[in-house]
Amino acid sequence: MKLNAFRWTAAAVITLAAALSSHSPAAAQAVSGAGASFPFPVYGQWAHQYNQLTGVQVNYQSIGSGGGIAQIKAKTVDFGASDDPLKTEELNQVGLLQFPMIMGGVVPIINVKGIEPGKMLLTNALVADIFLGKVNTWNDPAIAGLNPGLQLPEQKITVVRRADGSGTTSIFTNYLAKVSPEWKEKIGAGKTVEWPVGVGGKGNEGVSAYVRKVNGSIGYVEYAYALQNKLSHVKLRNRDGGEVEPTSATFQAAAANAEWKAEEGFGLFLTDQPGKESWPITGVSYILVYKQHDKADIAAATLKFFDWAYKHGKETAEKLHYVTMPENVIQMVQETWAKEITAGGKPVWPAN
Amino acid sequence: MEHHHGQTERHQGWKTSRSTDLIFRGITAACAGLVLVVMAGIFVSLVWNSLPSIRHSGISFLFSKAWDPVSNEFGALSSIYGTLMSTAIAMLLAVPLSMVIALFLVELAPPKISYVVGSAIELLAAVPSIIYGMWGLFVFAPFMADNVQPLLSKYLGWLPLFQGPEMGIGMMTAGIILALMILPFVSTVMRDVFAMVPDVMKEAGYGMGATTWEVTKDVTIRYGIQGMIGACLLGLGRAIGETMAVTFVIGNSSDIFISLFEAGNSIASRLANEFAEASDPMYMSALMELGLVLFLMTFGLQVVTQLWLKRVKRKMGGDLL
Repeated sequence: MKLNAFRWTAAAVITLAAALSSHSPAAAQAVSGAGASFPFPVYGQWAHQYNQLTGVQVNYQSIGSGGGIAQIKAKTVDFGASDDPLKTEELNQVGLLQFPMIMGGVVPIINVKGIEPGKMLLTNALVADIFLGKVNTWNDPAIAGLNPGLQLPEQKITVVRRADGSGTTSIFTNYLAKVSPEWKEKIGAGKTVEWPVGVGGKGNEGVSAYVRKVNGSIGYVEYAYALQNKLSHVKLRNRDGGEVEPTSATFQAAAANAEWKAEEGFGLFLTDQPGKESWPITGVSYILVYKQHDKADIAAATLKFFDWAYKHGKETAEKLHYVTMPENVIQMVQETWAKEITAGGKPVWPAN
Repeated sequence: MEHHHGQTERHQGWKTSRSTDLIFRGITAACAGLVLVVMAGIFVSLVWNSLPSIRHSGISFLFSKAWDPVSNEFGALSSIYGTLMSTAIAMLLAVPLSMVIALFLVELAPPKISYVVGSAIELLAAVPSIIYGMWGLFVFAPFMADNVQPLLSKYLGWLPLFQGPEMGIGMMTAGIILALMILPFVSTVMRDVFAMVPDVMKEAGYGMGATTWEVTKDVTIRYGIQGMIGACLLGLGRAIGETMAVTFVIGNSSDIFISLFEAGNSIASRLANEFAEASDPMYMSALMELGLVLFLMTFGLQVVTQLWLKRVKRKMGGDLL
């Protein structure tokens, strides 16, 4: 009896091993990618729709930008995705091409009794001072002076920020470093920084939960998140004096006014961009692919998917509150594809 | 006869088939060995990956509270402090409570109630830690902010421990949640310890006219003290490495505050938060070193616990776990 059980187990183990080893890679055509979690909802939707249209499988694992960069460097995936642009030297070192895929905004949210969404106005410098802990009560003259119509409580400001490393933080701190020399010098920008004050929540949901629970708090979350959860956002006065609310239009304005050409590898932070209509805390999510490929078909399938997403993914993206790239940027990206991506010495794009 | 003969032959065939025996032994030994290999592998890879950070920060890693990925300055002090502090709060609350529960179950409760309550406590142990975290963040933290912390700061506010913002999120809430999480472990073991006290001893106490309280204090607890310490060590081991629930409610600040209302961080919560997006090699290595510190802390605690429980087992003759 025991023996039989043992034989069965052994047989099962061997069969399983055989099944695993004979698993064939890529049935029809499959493209795999990994990286940032911020664009995951839209990449996932695109992949699903694209699969129904063409039968091509696009698998995207939302493991974080850091993981995505590591995976593409290790060549375990066909494309990586990062919320942080890589520097040109790093790209060239491994032979990667980087292009912008989708945009989103970061929105400061507040919980102050009696203040309705979009009613409070802040300047860039004031946002930095609040997150530095220099302005620490809601009835501070600096805030009161900007908002003469508001009844501001005499209450301590509790700063809420992300505890986990995130592209959202990267965009937000990049913005703070651009608008405040003191922030730039003392704190700097990155996915995780040494925050001078405040408490940290895990993920957008953590930050928004804290902001909702803690009276007198201010935090920052992705636009889509603020919108879906009806969080109380602020208005910002941008560098050109325009008073803007976070909307797709103001994000688009930031992207359209940016100097994409000047930036190698499109490595641009869309923070503090010129233009009266530009939302100052806008960010881009990037795709990373190799310039030189062994397999022309996989390379072509990857680019075709992104081409489809650029051209036909707008509606899905907008439904999920992402902002798509402006036409002129898409054109620039596809020109670089044609120039720089090759397989066996031959250009991959335009693919047929 | 035929039939019987066939059976013996097959039986002997299996007994003498040495190769099957050897393979079986080999496979079982390999599986058991795998545990050791995995253990050693984790340790070696933690040390290996920590090396850049160890070289970079040296011993000051353990004593610096800086945590600045932008300028590559890393220190574990605030995380170690947070880990120890939240665990200390948890132990302070869970141990007395567990003891009282265990005494009730063993000494005072009617068997039926003892059974029901005992099962309920064991069920508490089966609640996934993420549930504790979510419940802590959405239900318990606001409750703390609105009801508990204002009271504490009103009556005990002269203590620096109970000053500061009443956010509901922070060291104190994390400690209380941890206490709830280890409560079932500690109280179940304590219940078993108390149940092991021989009835003759207790009856002797009662026979001498002692009250229930006196018997409990002077006989049951005194007899079971070593087992109770073992139970505490088990709880401690669990609390120290708890990740998800703590991450949700501890507030994740890199500072060290005296006040229990303020936010802090623990080693486990820092790792859970920052691992996914740590792309810089030095940053990654610092996180690995933090992991190594936690590994050594829990490993040391496990060794102490096991040694202690062994001693208890020898002395009490029973099987604790």
